[in-house]
Amino acid sequence: MFDKRIYENIDWGLIGLTLLLCFTGLIVLYSAVHAGSSTSHQVFFKKQLIWLACGLCCMIIVSLISYKNLEKWGIWIYIFCICLLIAVYFFGKKAGGSQRWLELGPVTVQPSEIVKVAVIIILARYFSKKVTRQGFVLKTLMTPFILVMIPFLLIAKQPDLGTSMLILLISVFMTLFVKIARRTFIYMTVSGAAFIPFVWMFLLQDYQKQRILTFLSPDSDTRGAGYHIFQSKIAIGSGMITGKGYLEGTQNALSFLPEQHTDFILTVLAEEWGFIGSSFLLVVYLAFMVWGLNIAAGCRDSFGTILAVGIVSMLFCQVFINVGMIMGLMPVVGVPLPLVSYGGSSVLTSMIGIGILMSISIRRQFSND
Amino acid sequence: MKQYLDTPDNDWYKQRLGIFVVCITVLVLLLVFRLFYLQIYKGQEYRDRSENNRIHLQQIESTRGLIYDSQGVLLVENRPQYNISIIKRSAKPLKKTLKKLSNYTGIPVVELNKKVSKIKRSQSYKHFTLNKDIERDVLAKLEVRKFDLPGVFVNVKSHRNYLKSRRASHIIGYLSAISLKELKSKKYKWAKGGDSIGKFGVEKIYEKYLRGKSGERLVEVDVTGKVVRVLNTIKAKPGNNLFLTINHNVQKKAEELLIGKVGSIVAMDPSNGEIIAIASSPTFDQNDFIGGMSHSKWNKMISNKNRPMENKAVQGNYPPASIYKIVTAIAALEEGVVDEDTIVNCPGYHKYGNRVFRCWKPGGHGNVNIKDALKESCDVFFYQVGQKLGVDRIAWYSRACGFGERTGIDLDHESKGLIPTIIWKKKRAGKSWHGGDTLSVSIGQSYNLVTPVQAVGMISSIANGGIRYKPIIVKKIETASAKVVMENEKIILGKLPVTPKTMKIIRKGLWRVVNQRLGTAWIIRDKQVSISGKTGTAQVVGRKKMTPEEIKALPYRLKPHAWFVAYAPSRDPKIAVAVIVEHGEHGGSAAGPLARKLIREYLKIPDPPPPPPLIEEIVIKPEVKLEPEKPKVKIKANLQEEKKIESDSGLKDETEKKETSNSDSELIEQKKDSVEDEIKPEAFLEP
Repeated sequence: MFDKRIYENIDWGLIGLTLLLCFTGLIVLYSAVHAGSSTSHQVFFKKQLIWLACGLCCMIIVSLISYKNLEKWGIWIYIFCICLLIAVYFFGKKAGGSQRWLELGPVTVQPSEIVKVAVIIILARYFSKKVTRQGFVLKTLMTPFILVMIPFLLIAKQPDLGTSMLILLISVFMTLFVKIARRTFIYMTVSGAAFIPFVWMFLLQDYQKQRILTFLSPDSDTRGAGYHIFQSKIAIGSGMITGKGYLEGTQNALSFLPEQHTDFILTVLAEEWGFIGSSFLLVVYLAFMVWGLNIAAGCRDSFGTILAVGIVSMLFCQVFINVGMIMGLMPVVGVPLPLVSYGGSSVLTSMIGIGILMSISIRRQFSND
Repeated sequence: MKQYLDTPDNDWYKQRLGIFVVCITVLVLLLVFRLFYLQIYKGQEYRDRSENNRIHLQQIESTRGLIYDSQGVLLVENRPQYNISIIKRSAKPLKKTLKKLSNYTGIPVVELNKKVSKIKRSQSYKHFTLNKDIERDVLAKLEVRKFDLPGVFVNVKSHRNYLKSRRASHIIGYLSAISLKELKSKKYKWAKGGDSIGKFGVEKIYEKYLRGKSGERLVEVDVTGKVVRVLNTIKAKPGNNLFLTINHNVQKKAEELLIGKVGSIVAMDPSNGEIIAIASSPTFDQNDFIGGMSHSKWNKMISNKNRPMENKAVQGNYPPASIYKIVTAIAALEEGVVDEDTIVNCPGYHKYGNRVFRCWKPGGHGNVNIKDALKESCDVFFYQVGQKLGVDRIAWYSRACGFGERTGIDLDHESKGLIPTIIWKKKRAGKSWHGGDTLSVSIGQSYNLVTPVQAVGMISSIANGGIRYKPIIVKKIETASAKVVMENEKIILGKLPVTPKTMKIIRKGLWRVVNQRLGTAWIIRDKQVSISGKTGTAQVVGRKKMTPEEIKALPYRLKPHAWFVAYAPSRDPKIAVAVIVEHGEHGGSAAGPLARKLIREYLKIPDPPPPPPLIEEIVIKPEVKLEPEKPKVKIKANLQEEKKIESDSGLKDETEKKETSNSDSELIEQKKDSVEDEIKPEAFLEP
């Protein structure tokens, strides 16, 4: 484990991009919690610092472990995570109408976050063994389908639509990457479309339907469900090119937005730093993902490649959903912006993912292990 | 197996990864285009919106529930408070506005400038409170000149008002701004910074009922922050009203009786456990906490040696002293150690090993049975009984009487008290139990500690024939529209392990304490109401018995605590009372009269007319006759009463002095007296 080659092959580019994201996040978070109304939110800044420090430690530890071990342990990690979800189902802590958290002594954890990584590992393990140039057919897709549906349903039951959709989306990305046979793809698209009315009628809660309806006609209702998106768009738009200046955002200071330190944090950046600031962050994210895919390309075994693609998909989906949501491109779902939004479980999961990428990156040079 | 399934190589992956990169880049570019659209193409429009046409969600505070006494007397209400606030950015021109504001309000411009200069840039969009609680005439001036003062607002805030200042402070408690620590705790999830919450008493414990639910109002505000129109309103829900079991008049009396003393009075309805009055002295003024208390005031309060913030009725741990003899007597009778007729000779001391335990009465009580032992509080009788019982049996009965555990009353920081056992001493002190400890325990000294509320619970269960009720202080909770939300029914905690026969003996003994000559509370006997009770004089220092003169000479902090527990009327008790006066010396003379006066107040027995001012020289002030309630007169009346008492107890003193010479003849005489006294009431004590 303490191989000299590890130090020689440290991926400084990945570390640099990660730290840049963390740093940007902290600057924006400071504004979000200090200009906002309640002084009680100011503790979030210090807490986030602690979480980021913990996250970096996790990242280092994970990067020291060879990702090939994850292939061996994958099934156990997956089972452990499913057990956690079942535990949440029975003993979870309720808050705000949903049951998502487990209380372990002094800390409260949200297992659905780490489940994302477990699903990525188990899928990468399965796909790497069955992958062919011709692509997957219905029969070979059955196993991954079941593997994804178990956590999906458990999380959707909590209910946490954001995270469960995220897991589904990550799985779709990974499956598309390893290729689906053309005919199978057509079948699935058609039957999936036929499935939508069923989902609408039986699976979605009323408030979720309301969010989707609001999304489809956003300007019809600026007081009720559309209030957040309306205010969010004002905040972003009013930033214009250069923004109103750091700590000067009026939408932020007057706390028009709820959750301006978690899911809506990008509005603070967009308002105070303008188009320049917000597109800069998006470019950093893009660079990060391209870097990650480059790591995948450099890896010499299927498992590592698919695993890296999975991690990149995870981060990408979160960024896309979050940014799309606050700009009114998507319905309101609670997905945090990786490494920027406040939140311990989210930071840890992102950092573990980056640690896995790092582990793959370090070992791509190794001839044999 | 068909061979068309080719394993992909590195180039295949690279090709697919290429597609992936393109997809991701396109999607991110889509987001950037959207940003461009919002921030550059439509940027100016949104910028104008953010500056001019603000839609804001405002919170509507709920009104907090009111608090009444059991008779429907309003004790706590809310009153509006008007605060001046400013939005710095809207107040333009700032200097001129502040000058005008200073003219209208009379606040110096320098002070206003100082306050405004403290507002940070990032806070300049928000209301900043300049002055709290302005007078009504200032309010009127500001309202008229509203349009002359851009950016200046008058906000109304509901404010707690404790109508009866200092009354029942320890029970009602007070409101105060939420602390950072409380904000973080899960208990106050709904709260935000600057909210006021109950910090003590029922204000704290019934917070969730009293609070109500705040509403919301969606408003459109103009550039100066003024509301242009209201878009949507969710009404606030007022808090629920609380009805206490406390009787305001009795509470008032109890507090008046404790003025100038340190201690506590608790009165309970023996039929259901409802607390009628619960006073702790010294007390504090709840209104001082509204809007924050100055540091010096707070420090003064918490450094006060008499602990005004402590609710002595539930937090005070006191040695029970002789009131504990009731427990020992119950244990003795139930365990068959003595019966009604067992006679013990009290020579004034009891030898145990090589130690001598003395009775409080230097010459001894002579031959006493259990009723007389209670009546005269004979220590030697209980030493002997306690020795036979052993400490653990006493402890068992003590627990059965409700000592050594919390009563569960709805008040903060209730103390458990302490009932020593052999195991307890071994664990705590690491020492083994001595037989001598048992003797001390049996007269309520040693390690025993009880709270006044436990004491009243015990005497109340004697009063009602053996049922222990949980003390209740909140009768019911109603919504603002008088719908009952919660009603506290009586809760039985347990039953005393006492047979009717034992109960009868104990009650007779307690009756004699007050109503027979030589009873330790003889001085408080009352012709209009028969009181039964037990006195206690709790040594604060040392075990040595002292003569009354020695006790008088002690410094205040070393004087014994005075206890009195009682119920009345003796036959069909309506009220049970426990009184403790810290360092009050004798239970009978210091605590007893307070209990008697409280009982009279509750049973609405009018005070006897003041005796004609014959003895009082020639101080015929006209007020005296017109207002007999004046405290001045009361003190005089007290003096008289005490004189009378002295003449009564003079007889006792004489007896003590003469005891060696002709105690026998005295005894016979007294017996005669007591028989006469006894006949009637004892008859009505009989079931």
